[in-house]
Order: sequence, then C-alpha cells, then structure tokens
Amino acid sequence: MSRLLPFFGFLLLVALFGFGIWWNTQHDQREVPSPLINKPAPAFVLPQLDDPTQTVSRDALLGKPYLINVFASWCVACGEEHPVLMADGKSIGVPIIGYNYKDAPDDAKAWLAQHGNPYDMVIVDQQGRTAIDFGVYGAPESFLVDGKGIIRYKRIGPLTPEVIEQELKPAIAALKKEAP
Amino acid sequence: MRTLLRSLLLGLLMFAGVVAAQAIDPLPFKDHAEEVRFQSLTRELRCLVCQNENLADSNADLARDLRHEVFELMQQGKSDEEIKQYLVERYSDFVLYDPPVKSSTLLLWFGPLAILLAGAVVVVVTVRRRSRVVPATVADDKSTDEGDDW
Repeated sequence: MSRLLPFFGFLLLVALFGFGIWWNTQHDQREVPSPLINKPAPAFVLPQLDDPTQTVSRDALLGKPYLINVFASWCVACGEEHPVLMADGKSIGVPIIGYNYKDAPDDAKAWLAQHGNPYDMVIVDQQGRTAIDFGVYGAPESFLVDGKGIIRYKRIGPLTPEVIEQELKPAIAALKKEAP
Repeated sequence: MRTLLRSLLLGLLMFAGVVAAQAIDPLPFKDHAEEVRFQSLTRELRCLVCQNENLADSNADLARDLRHEVFELMQQGKSDEEIKQYLVERYSDFVLYDPPVKSSTLLLWFGPLAILLAGAVVVVVTVRRRSRVVPATVADDKSTDEGDDW
C-alpha cells in the first residue's frame, strides 16, 4: 500500500493539471472582474457624435435602464460584435448607447454609415478619460445600467447571441422585475 | 552674428532636450525625486491590456493614459496609497502586482506555507517511524547477514 503512495501522489498531480487546463478553457484569463458591478456608474458628461454641442450626462439618463456599448472604428472585435447588435439589439428591450472610445469622430461616423447604426444614441469619449472611470481596458465592453444609475452587469469582449440570451437578457429581465 | 549663433545653439539644445524627454514619456516632472517616485509606483501597477507588463514598461495606449492619470494624481498631491486605491476602484485588485491579504487571497498568501508545514510534518513522522523500526531490522540483519563478506 505504501508503495502505491507515490503513484497516488502522481495521480493527484495529473488531476490538478487536468483541472487547470479545464478551468482555463472555461474562463477568459484576460477578463478582469469589474469592481463597479452594483455600484453607481461614474458621473460623466460627454458630447454626442451627431451633434457635439449636445452633451449627455449620467444624471440625464436616470430613470430608465440602458446598455452602454463601448466601441471604436479601430477595434477589430467590435466589427465582429456589430452584426450581432444589428440583429439582436432591438430585441433586448433597453436602449443601447454607443460609447465611441478613443476614436476620431469622422472615422466613427463613416464606420456606422458603412456597417449600420444599432445605437439609440452615440456619445464620444475621444480622450478616453471617462473610460478610465468606467474601468474600460479594451473594446468592446458593455455595461448594463439600471434606472437608478447602478451598473448591474458588465461584459468584457464582444456580445454574442449566446451571451445575449444567457447573460444579458436574464439581467435585463431581473431589472424589469424589480421596477416594473 | 554672435547673437544669431547663440540663439541657434540654444534652440538646438532645447530641441535635444525635447527629443530626450520624448524617448521615455513626455511628462513634466518638477524634480528627480518625483520622477523616481513615479517610476517606482508605475512599476507596481499592472497594465490591463498586456497583463504581463507593468504600467511603466507598457507601450499600450491605455497604459499611456493611465501613466498620465497617475502623473496627474501625483500633481494633485495624492499619496501612493490613494493613487493605488483610485485605480483599484476602477480596475479591481488586478492592477496591483502585490495582491492585498484578504479572505479571497488567503490561500495565495499562506498556501505555500501550509504545504511546507504539511511536508515538514510528513518528514518528521517518517523519520520518527523509521528510527523506531530501524533497530529491529538492524538486529534482524545481523542474524541473516552472518557470514556476509560485508
């Protein structure tokens, strides 16, 4: 029995190794948990893409839930996400606010003209300062904000049909149940 | 002529200064101590985009933005702790290369020590058990090893 002990030790290490591989295929290592979940969205005042003289602030958006989708014309993964937003964006039941991140407004306009505009409104953060308050570290990212201005859900990386069905829609449904 | 030459030389010198500063990061530090503090602080912070690099070394766009942010917070007279806190509030403990001790990191901090202690216990137990068994086997060996050349 004691002779088999090293063998069992070996099996234990193999199991640990296998678990590590399995774990890493299930989880995105680059994903950083946002400390902002269930905290108020940072206060922001940002100009609109269509009309930079008009600004949008967090406080002006209070009252109804909305989804902020961080995108940029230079961002490759945003191009992958875009058709999904075009197809499913209307079905999620909350307005989608495009957050144009560190982008030239003209490039953003051209990009939206070319690929279609799934957003109810687009706000511009050309310097990326407000994005730091949101903890943005790569586009695309999406934040679900409730009527009280609290961030309830965050997605890092592109929204896919699966993510929308399995994560985003249940999160929105939970919001609607709370405040009908 | 001389004044022209002098102003030309001065201009060249200023240009050289700009080029040298550009090579690292064009941040207007007020003295060397501030720059040293900035460098050591940004070395302790992780770049979120390329996660194996610190803020001081990273060339990523966001890292540059965050370096400027750190610099600005320093100008506002914030302490190192306050600056770290500012970033942790936005990017979680992940930005710190030195994870804080709390319930979720207990295993990380004390796991190796626990394993070391467990190993020590195994060694002690094994040694004790052998020291009890060995005399018996030695005695045994004596009886069987009689006539052995060794």
